[in-house]
Amino acid sequence: MAIEVRIPTILRTYTGGAKAVEGSGATLDELLNNLDAAHGGLRERLVDGEKLRRFVNVYLNDEDVRFLGGLETPVKDGDTVTVLPAVAGGAR
Amino acid sequence: MLTISRALYEKVIEHARKDHPDEACGVIAGPIGTDRPTRFIPMQNAERSPTFYRFDSLEQLRVWREMDDNDEEPVVIYHSHTATQAYPSRTDISYASEPQAHYVLVSTRDEAETEFRSYLITDGEVTEEPVVVTE
Repeated sequence: MAIEVRIPTILRTYTGGAKAVEGSGATLDELLNNLDAAHGGLRERLVDGEKLRRFVNVYLNDEDVRFLGGLETPVKDGDTVTVLPAVAGGAR
Repeated sequence: MLTISRALYEKVIEHARKDHPDEACGVIAGPIGTDRPTRFIPMQNAERSPTFYRFDSLEQLRVWREMDDNDEEPVVIYHSHTATQAYPSRTDISYASEPQAHYVLVSTRDEAETEFRSYLITDGEVTEEPVVVTE
């Protein structure tokens, strides 16, 4: 089972510079645990305790997983998961 | 150092003025590795706030994919402050996550004069850089 996970520039230190890695799992949660085994520390950049970090966007194909099931979003072979740090900020 | 054409410089300022008093935000893409901003991409501020900005997540995906298809990267990431100085705030610094980008801050706090300054932000460190506007 292979799910492609596209990694933003700032997290490529965890993947040896690779822009995309492959993983497996039935849910996003499982997939991230699976990736973390090969790329230690990656999961923690995306997950805070039991939830996805607020300022990291994770997409399943063309959708934002916040509108699907968050970490419980089902994933399957052939899916593409994309990670992009949110672009945000403000006056304070 | 940020080198930017006058046309793009003015587009950023115009965007900031138009959205005032909400913060305006956007990207200027350029060919990967050239450090040259070429394509102006104003973004929606999904927060629509006078003190916070955030790219809409699906719009960001679309724009990032487009840049990838074009072999571009975000050379400039800009946003405006509408009542404070054109200097990165604590939140600006903590959310800066494109290591090669020039973070441009515009301030529209003064009606007559718009401040335009540029910074490199890596590992929580802010370094102001000169802005060279080319004709």
